[in-house]
Amino acid sequence: MALPKYTEPHYRIWHYIYLTICAAVFFFLIAPLFVIFPLSFNAEEFLSFSDGMKSLDPDAFSLRWYKDMIYGTKNPWGLAAKNSFIIAIFATIGSVILGTVAALGLSSRHMPYKGLIMAVLISPMIVPLIISGVAIFFFMAKAGLAATHTGIVLAHIILGTPFVVITVTATLSGFDHSVTRAAASLGSDPVNTFMKITLPLILPGVISGGLFAFVTSFDEVVVVLFLAGLENTTIPIQMWTGLREQLSPTILAVATCLIILSTLILVTAELLRRRSERLRGINR
Amino acid sequence: MSSETKQILTTDGIPLEVSLKKAERKNKIKAFLLVAPLLFFLIITYVFPIGDMLFRSVDDKMVTQMLPKTFKAMETWDGQELPDEEVFAAFHEDFIKLVEDKREGKLSTQLNYTKNGFKSIIKKLRRKSKTFEEGNYKEQIMSVHKRWADVEYWRAIKRRAPEFTSQKYLKGMDMYVNEEGKIVSVEEDRRIHRVLWLRTLEIAFFVTVFCFLMAYPIAHLLATLPMKYSNLLMICVLLPFWTSLLVRTASWMILLQQQGIVNDFFVGIGLVADDNRPEMMYNKTGSYVAMTQILLPFMVLPLYSVMKTISPSLMRAGKSLGGTPFVAFWKVYFPLTIPGIGAGCLLVFILAIGYYITPALVGGASGTLISNQIAFHMKSTLDWSFASAMGLMLLSGVLVIYWLYNKIVGIDNIKLG
Repeated sequence: MALPKYTEPHYRIWHYIYLTICAAVFFFLIAPLFVIFPLSFNAEEFLSFSDGMKSLDPDAFSLRWYKDMIYGTKNPWGLAAKNSFIIAIFATIGSVILGTVAALGLSSRHMPYKGLIMAVLISPMIVPLIISGVAIFFFMAKAGLAATHTGIVLAHIILGTPFVVITVTATLSGFDHSVTRAAASLGSDPVNTFMKITLPLILPGVISGGLFAFVTSFDEVVVVLFLAGLENTTIPIQMWTGLREQLSPTILAVATCLIILSTLILVTAELLRRRSERLRGINR
Repeated sequence: MSSETKQILTTDGIPLEVSLKKAERKNKIKAFLLVAPLLFFLIITYVFPIGDMLFRSVDDKMVTQMLPKTFKAMETWDGQELPDEEVFAAFHEDFIKLVEDKREGKLSTQLNYTKNGFKSIIKKLRRKSKTFEEGNYKEQIMSVHKRWADVEYWRAIKRRAPEFTSQKYLKGMDMYVNEEGKIVSVEEDRRIHRVLWLRTLEIAFFVTVFCFLMAYPIAHLLATLPMKYSNLLMICVLLPFWTSLLVRTASWMILLQQQGIVNDFFVGIGLVADDNRPEMMYNKTGSYVAMTQILLPFMVLPLYSVMKTISPSLMRAGKSLGGTPFVAFWKVYFPLTIPGIGAGCLLVFILAIGYYITPALVGGASGTLISNQIAFHMKSTLDWSFASAMGLMLLSGVLVIYWLYNKIVGIDNIKLG
C-alpha cells in the first residue's frame, strides 16, 4: 500500500493513522491466543508471568502442566479427549452424509419450496444455542437418549449439518451439470455417477463442510451441558468446569493443544479453499 | 395453450404437455427425496421439540387435573362472595384424593405461584382434614385457617382453572395477573427480567457497533492489499475463528484478571495505581471485551467478501472527478459496502443476543445475558416451562432478525471462511 508521491501531507498522516488502527485491531484479534503459549510452560502455579519468565530463566519454564494433563491423578482429560474425538468423528460422518445428500437435492432446479426448506435446514445455525440446547434436551429426554453418546452425536449432527449444506451448496453452484448428463448418457447409473463424477468434483466443499462440522462438535459445550452425564464428559465440558471453578495452568496446556489443532484445521481448510478456487477457475 | 390448437404428441401418443409435466414431477420428487432424510431428521429432533417448548410454556394442566371436581363446581360461582358448600365439598373430595396420592405438596407449590400464602394453609388443612366429619365442609375448612375464609384465596384457585396460561410469558416480562384479573407489573425493585432483556439488547447492540468499527478498517485493508500480504493477515482473522470458544474465553480470563497482563500494563505505564487495580472481569467490561474479540471475525468475513468485489478504479474515478479521498470514500466506496455491513451486523447481533458461555465465564453478575437466565432455570430451579417461555421470547426476536437477514442478504448467500 505505498502511497503515490503526490499525496498531500495530511492524507499521508491519515494513512498512517489508518494503518496503526489496523495493526491495533489485528493485535487485539490475535494476541490473546499467544498469551496462552508461554504461560502453559510456567513452572509455577500462577497464571501470570513470573519474574523468572520475564528474564527468560530456563528454570521458570517446565512441562509440568503437560505432564499433569496426561498423567495427572484423577485426570479427566484422557476420557474427555477420547469422548470428544469419538463424538466429533461420528457427528461429522453423519452431518456430511445427510448434509451432502440434502445439498444435492437443494441445488436441483426442480426443488420445490427451496427457500422455506433451506431456512429450516439452516435454522440450527441461526437459533441461539441455548434454545437449541433446551429443545434438543427435551427430545433426548423423551427418547431416552439423554446422557448417552448416541444422544450427543445426534445433537451434534443437528448443529453440524447447516455448515455442510452451506459449503456443499456453494460448491455445487459452480458445478457443470452437463458432466453428470454425459455420464448418464454413457450408461452410468445415478449412484455410480455420483461416486465417480460428482463427488470428486465437489470434494473440497464436502471436506471443508466436514471440517466445520467437526469443529462445531469438538468445540460445542452448551448442548452437551444439558445432555452429558459423567460418562460423556468432553474436552469443552472439562474446560468449562475448570474455568468456572479454578483457572489451573493444566487448562492452559490443554488450550495450547487445542490451538495447535485449530491451526492444523485452518491450514487444511485454506488449502482446500484455494484448490477449489483453482478448480473452479479452470471450469470457467 | 388454447384447446383448439392441435396438441403436439410424443411418439407414445401422449400429449407433449402431459409428458413434460410428468417428467417435471418426477424430477421434483427426486430432488425432494434427496432432501427428505435431513429434513425429516431435523423436523423430528429439532423443529418438533421447539414446538414442544411452546406447549410446555403455556401448559397449565397440572392444577386442572389435581382439582377436577372443584373446578367443575366452581363453574357457576361468580367470584363475588365466598363459594357455597358445593364447591367446598368438591374441594374436600379432590384434596383427600391428593393427600392419598401424596401430591398435595405439588398443589401447594403450584397455588403459591398464583398467590403467596397457600403453602402453610394447605399443610394445615392436610393435618386437620383427617379429623373432619362428614357434611358441612364449608364451616370445617374455614375453621382451619382464616385465609380459607378469605374470598381472595378462592379466586386465586379459580384463576388456575384454564388448561393454558400466559403466566410464564408475563413473568418473563416481570408482569402478572393480579387479583382483579388485570395484567400489572411487579414492583420496581423486583423487575429482574426487564433489566436482563434490556442488558442483553444493550450488550448485543454495542458489541455489534464495536465489531463494525474495528472490522471495517481491517476488512478494507485485507481487500486492498496485494494477495500475498493479505493472505498472511487473513490468518489473524481466521485463526481465532477456528479456535475453540473456550480457549479464547480462557485467554481473556488470564488477560483481564486483577493480577493479569492488561492490569500489569496499565500499572506499568502509570495509568492506575498498583493497589487500585480496576476490576475488568466478572462485570460488563469483561463481556464487552471478550465478546467483541470473539465475534469480530464474523463481521470481518462478510465485509471482506463484499469489499473484494469493489473495483479500485471506482475510487480513482471519484478522485479524478474532483472528490477528495474522503468524499470519494463516503460517496462511492461506503455505499457499495452497505450489503456487507448489513450482513455482518445482523450476523453478529444474532450471535451476540444468544450468547451464553462467554458472559457466564467473564460476565459476573452484571454482565450476564438472558441466555444465562434460561440456563439457570433449566439447571437450577428446574422451572422448565419458564425457561421454555423465555427461550421462545428470545427466539421470536431472533427470527425477526433472521427474516430481515434473509430479505437483505439471502440465506443462501452466507459465506463461510
